[in-house]
Amino acid sequence: MHFLPDQASTFAGHVDALYLFLIAVTAFFSLLIGVLVVVFAIKYRRRSADEVALEVHESGLLEIVWTVIPFVIVMVMFFWGASVFFRITRPPSNAIDIYVTAKQWMWKLQHTDGRREMNELHVPVGQPVRLTMASEDVIHSFYVPAFRFKRDVVPGRFSVAWFEATKPGKYHLFCAEYCGTRHSNMIGWIYVMTPADYEAWLAGGTPGETLASAGAKRFVENACNTCHGEQKGARGPSLNGLFGRAVRLQNGQTVVADEAYIRESIVNSQAKLVEGYPPIMPTFQGLISEEGLLQLTAYIKSLSPAAAASAAAPAATPAPERMSTKP
Amino acid sequence: MTNENAPHAPRVGARANYLNASYGVRSWLLTSDHKRIAVMYLIGVTVFFAIGGLAAALIRLELLTPAGDVFQAETYNKIFTTHGIMMVFFFMIPGIPAVLGNFLVPLMIGAKDLAFPRINLLSWYLYIIGGLTALWAVVHGGLDTGWTFYTPYSTVYSNGWVVVTAVGIFIAGFSSILTGLNFLVTIHTMRAPGMHWTRMPLFCWGMYAASIIQILGTPVVAITILLVGAERLFHLGIFDPAQGGDPVLFQHLFWFYSHPAVYIMILPAMAVISELVTAFSRKPIFGYKFIAGSSIAIAVLSFLVWGHHMFVSGQSVYAGLVFSVLSFLVAIPSAIKVFNWTATLYKGSVSYQTPLLYALGFIGLFTFGGLTGLFLACLGLDIHVHDTYFIVAHFHYIMVGGTIMAYLGGLHYWWPKISGKMYPEYWSRVSAWVIFIGFNLTFFPQFIVGYLGMPRRYHAYPEEFQVLNVMSTAGASILGIGYLIPLVYFIWSMRYGQDAADNPWGATGLEWETPSPPPTENFPETPVVTGIAYDYLTGKEEAAVG
Repeated sequence: MHFLPDQASTFAGHVDALYLFLIAVTAFFSLLIGVLVVVFAIKYRRRSADEVALEVHESGLLEIVWTVIPFVIVMVMFFWGASVFFRITRPPSNAIDIYVTAKQWMWKLQHTDGRREMNELHVPVGQPVRLTMASEDVIHSFYVPAFRFKRDVVPGRFSVAWFEATKPGKYHLFCAEYCGTRHSNMIGWIYVMTPADYEAWLAGGTPGETLASAGAKRFVENACNTCHGEQKGARGPSLNGLFGRAVRLQNGQTVVADEAYIRESIVNSQAKLVEGYPPIMPTFQGLISEEGLLQLTAYIKSLSPAAAASAAAPAATPAPERMSTKP
Repeated sequence: MTNENAPHAPRVGARANYLNASYGVRSWLLTSDHKRIAVMYLIGVTVFFAIGGLAAALIRLELLTPAGDVFQAETYNKIFTTHGIMMVFFFMIPGIPAVLGNFLVPLMIGAKDLAFPRINLLSWYLYIIGGLTALWAVVHGGLDTGWTFYTPYSTVYSNGWVVVTAVGIFIAGFSSILTGLNFLVTIHTMRAPGMHWTRMPLFCWGMYAASIIQILGTPVVAITILLVGAERLFHLGIFDPAQGGDPVLFQHLFWFYSHPAVYIMILPAMAVISELVTAFSRKPIFGYKFIAGSSIAIAVLSFLVWGHHMFVSGQSVYAGLVFSVLSFLVAIPSAIKVFNWTATLYKGSVSYQTPLLYALGFIGLFTFGGLTGLFLACLGLDIHVHDTYFIVAHFHYIMVGGTIMAYLGGLHYWWPKISGKMYPEYWSRVSAWVIFIGFNLTFFPQFIVGYLGMPRRYHAYPEEFQVLNVMSTAGASILGIGYLIPLVYFIWSMRYGQDAADNPWGATGLEWETPSPPPTENFPETPVVTGIAYDYLTGKEEAAVG
């Protein structure tokens, strides 16, 4: 029987090392307490009904010792755990973008070239993959045990996360957050391929319309271009080169234009007003599907080719909680 | 100890006690005697435990095979929801405080009753009404949200009886608040002369700490659950992202109570263990002040760790760091307790009677359960094990291996006082062993299957997880039998058991100064306390009555 799942991502080795360290600590202290309890219980067992205990004086020193030692050990765990966490939450800049839509009870995964997959995702080995995820209904969670990777997909926001596969193979994709009746059927497979196989896979089949061009169509359909155009004196700010750039707001704050910002500016346009523009944009809350929002985001990202490729990093910290980003 | 207090001493004639003081259903349903109310709670929590346990048995039955072949998916989801709601809200939270705490707090501090006897009875009614309301929902089709009610599933998508169940939990919450209030006021104002804070039994310290959480935390979950109901009925849009609400806000509010609630379950259990370890070692507890202080430290820190339930929810990295470090810190007072219990056995006069067997089982299982909690406080590791069977195993080690072992240990220890009868020692030792073995076989494999990646709340699962699930189901069968044995002999003992001596264990503590079972007024005259708690060595009584 196996005790560890496959190690198929750059996280897996780090997480498992941490796991083994915690197992060692757990085993040591469980055995220590277990052995002491058993030894004391046998050695000091009551031999006659009226036997009394021996006097043991309390020891302040002993109390300090067994407070400080656990403290030191848990601090080691904390810093080690935090360093692994930072690795998992900071996507590198050269990642392939995958757009994920979760809904009861399926995963829809889209490549930037327009290729769509259902409950399956093909990725190359040795290349970071950046996921921009949205949910159409309840909270889901994208979980690949072999990657030691999990991220909740919360409706009403984009969840951005990443992984890099290291070993070709076929691995479970699970929904880890309970999402209703067929929760345990919301599963799929991640196919990790060698670069050559991946190229072959990409070449086969018709990719369809790219996400960015689908987004461009929606941009016109929703009449976004009437204000966010390139003409002089446009009523809204230009979106060229926006993604990954710092934006100055009317209240004097500065935010980096990441996926979360773009999404919020579409559905709740008054939340963060750009300096120098009047608050005239209507809200699109409920008017554009999650998929549409992903397409629009992909389109707006494509207007900043340099940023989308290289400056993705600052935008890559996990989408901050909406509560905490409000002024 | 005098001869009169020797174990199993026969008693002449039946003295007036709280059980025979009056007869008839009315005399129970309208009682304000904390001891009778405790017995009524005992019946209540046993019924809800049985329902929750039956649901657990059905869960394990379904998980025997990988395919979802015993129940429909929706039925399975309703079953695990029923299991969680019954066990958490109607067994674990009231369990030790409302049964043992109700019976013992006044006895231990030398009081005639709790500060507000009629409010105590009201608490019981609220508990029963809340429980029956939730049960009504279960019987009429149930609900499938899980006991955690995560939004927007619970507010928009679920078809179950969410609002009815929420009302049931809301009502029962007031029972918990009022019990906590009653204990706090009683401990502050009704201690017998000479019962200084530092002479108070550690059981009362644990109840005190748990009561603080009950009073401060429960209103938050009451409001939260009310918001869920209101959002479902009136579409307020607080948690619904389609209306600009925030589903993660619900998680913050819910865990702000529900993580401290874990300590409402475990602090009283620790309090029981402190009593058992010292009584069966015949030795003062090692580190009294550290154990008492650690209870308060746990109660305070418990309110600052809720965010560790949300490491993968998109909470900010910095919030994650803060919640991680605080979660690690809350482990330290627990470790202090374990070390002090172990040190109490050292050079003791250790007698392996049933309550001690349960207590030693508790120490082992709680230690292991507590250490595996560190895995979940650890940011990088929690990302993998969050929402898998690893966490299911962890919290069952704390709640079942910890709280239920302590509850049963306490019940065996104080049963002679509660019922005036002895249970069969042989069978009670058997039950302690069967439960310990069955428990480990049930839940240890779940750590492994969890790390291998099996998510919780899965109706069907991939075949490679089957071996470990079969082990778990086998263990659950043994565990189930282990729980039935005490149920049988406790009931048996009420009719056929030997009469219990006033102090069958030769223990200190004011509760053992009273007859078994105690008279309605507990103490004919207010006792005066002249020494420390657990004064086994000087040979004199801790307190002189009169």
